[in-house]
Amino acid sequence: MAEAIRLTYEISPDDFTRAGEASSDVKKKLRSLGVSPDAIRKVAIAMYEGEINMVIHAEGGIITVDISPDKIVMILADKGPGIPDIEQAMQAGWSTAPNEIRSLGFGAGMGLPNMKKYTDEMTIDTVIGKGTTITMVVKI
Amino acid sequence: MKVQDLIDKQIFRVISEGDDTSRDITGVFCCDLLSIAMGKAPADSAWVTVMGNINTIAVATLADVSCVIMAEGVVLDEVARTKAAQQGVTVLATEEPVFDAALKIYQEIHG
Repeated sequence: MAEAIRLTYEISPDDFTRAGEASSDVKKKLRSLGVSPDAIRKVAIAMYEGEINMVIHAEGGIITVDISPDKIVMILADKGPGIPDIEQAMQAGWSTAPNEIRSLGFGAGMGLPNMKKYTDEMTIDTVIGKGTTITMVVKI
Repeated sequence: MKVQDLIDKQIFRVISEGDDTSRDITGVFCCDLLSIAMGKAPADSAWVTVMGNINTIAVATLADVSCVIMAEGVVLDEVARTKAAQQGVTVLATEEPVFDAALKIYQEIHG
């Protein structure tokens, strides 16, 4: 893998039946590229949590994944409501997910903490009323 | 213990046979909240849950568990069943409660 590979996914709003497809696709591609199972699991978990967040909170968005020989960079960009208090959102157990989402098994307030836990770097750029862009890096 | 060994014991019903039943089961994990399962389910574990929707299959795939066991007679809905077949995830089922199902798997692993 000499050059970087870029994958782009459009995440549909409110479509829980498709949530996870982008993450599954990335997982398959990484596996075929021979990336280590540990790094693949980290990317898959972090990206799926991000995907679910975009479906629940932000009416979908765009995920770009750049795969290079030493790292995988995921950029999740949405035009959702933004995150008013990032520190609070990062606390395990804090959630603003509605009840119907909780009945599906989500909304435990573990999304952002899981994303941080499973990546080597994570930055959140958010503007209220404009949207949020989360950049996550997993080193290979 | 391999996934195939667990299937062969006939302790559980087979809902969907995955595409790699030769993979190991190295532990058992129980949880119904998908976000917690996502972060905590060890790779290569048997995951016992009562959450039977399509997202269960997505989490099973992404967290890379060996198989999923639906406990308490919970039925995997049709969309999820199709997804399990597509993704090659082994799904088993039992009428037993979560703890009892998990204990049986634990005993099979540890003799």
